[in-house]
Amino acid sequence: MDLKSRIIDLYRKAATELPADVVDALKGAYEQETDPTPKEVLATILENLSLAKGEAIPICQDTGTPLFYVKDDGSIPRGELRKIIEAATETATAEVPLRPNGVDIITGKNIGNRPIIHFEEADRFGIDLFLKGGGSENVSAVYAIPSTEINADRSLDGARTCVLDCMVKAQGRGCSPYVVGVAVAGGIEEVAHLSKKQLLRKISDVNPVPELRSFEERTLKEINQLGIGPLGLGGRSTALAVKAAVAPRHPACFFVGVSVGCWALRRHSL
Amino acid sequence: MIKIETPLKKDVALSLNAGDQILLNGIIFTSRDTAHRFLLASDFEKIRGATIFHCGPVVRDNVVVSAGPTTSSRMNKFTPGVVAKYDIRAIIGKGGMDQSVLEALKGRAVYLAAVGGAAAIYAKHIKVRNVYKLEFGMPEAIWEFHVSDFPVMVAMDSKGRSLYADVYAKSKAVYQKLTR
Repeated sequence: MDLKSRIIDLYRKAATELPADVVDALKGAYEQETDPTPKEVLATILENLSLAKGEAIPICQDTGTPLFYVKDDGSIPRGELRKIIEAATETATAEVPLRPNGVDIITGKNIGNRPIIHFEEADRFGIDLFLKGGGSENVSAVYAIPSTEINADRSLDGARTCVLDCMVKAQGRGCSPYVVGVAVAGGIEEVAHLSKKQLLRKISDVNPVPELRSFEERTLKEINQLGIGPLGLGGRSTALAVKAAVAPRHPACFFVGVSVGCWALRRHSL
Repeated sequence: MIKIETPLKKDVALSLNAGDQILLNGIIFTSRDTAHRFLLASDFEKIRGATIFHCGPVVRDNVVVSAGPTTSSRMNKFTPGVVAKYDIRAIIGKGGMDQSVLEALKGRAVYLAAVGGAAAIYAKHIKVRNVYKLEFGMPEAIWEFHVSDFPVMVAMDSKGRSLYADVYAKSKAVYQKLTR
């Protein structure tokens, strides 16, 4: 099968079924809820996943912004790859179908879907596609710390305060239970990109950096103490996972990026 | 589960309580940011007394493929005006709405929570009746839907009770303890 067809298939898979680790985490959340409302919400979510997968229809009507993370081994020129992805996006929009989610800022007109493509050098060619929902994007945030407003100082503990603040402000508006990507670094584009990339990590993976591993564990536990629950209607499962990364910073700067993924974390790889 | 016909009669809307689970049957209209601005700037009498669904569906050949709720808080600032101008009796969405909307609903209307992302299920309960302002684009157009046994929960009632306000207050208190 040619690359364009494989990317169209990747779109279909991403829009209509969740990766197994996310499904398992949602089932785990269902098991641990005791109150009827969060339990029913999660039962609906799981039933919707079966229906969408069984009939190959989009899980959510917001089929998201298509984010491509290309592992570029140099075998295909980037310009050519971009054209293939754009052509596949147009076909997938009609065939899957996807909702046309591109809106021109100036005219307000809908211009169809516009993939965002990130290239990274790699030994072996591959593509990660992440269909990023707009509701969860809207509750994501970037913090410059120290912040007297939320009493966050320049440390991982300050970053933890940022994440909890982000969750309290988000409530269930971005479709909890969330997967939360966190990055601490020296610039806004860096924490935005790096925190979002954390959402590609498997829920079960373990952070190799002990300090980040304990940050992830503690922050997840505390988010789930907030009681926001599925869709903000109360409950124990506000987040399924926290995934964190760091990059060096400028001595004057300390940024925290919080990328929020909705429960419909639609990522698949080629 | 209580079966409720749309458009809701005023006394029916007022009888509902936060926490009630209901099944909607009848006509509803989708409306998002752009459509709300249009509703305030123009007169669109078809929506008088109706139920508004915060939704930008995927529709193919006039068949709803996938159609769940979008985030309602984006419509906070338009909603008191729209509810008053058109006697809206019910709003379906996700994530809840703010205090100004809760005030606007008092004695008038209810906010109904659907499960964000469960769009494959909801699509099975919807048939397209008509579409208006398609020039706004598929997500922003005003779709007239007929729904059958469309499941929702009353999350903000006409008496000033909001399930979201309760959850927010609790989460804020826990947050303060965790970040002290």
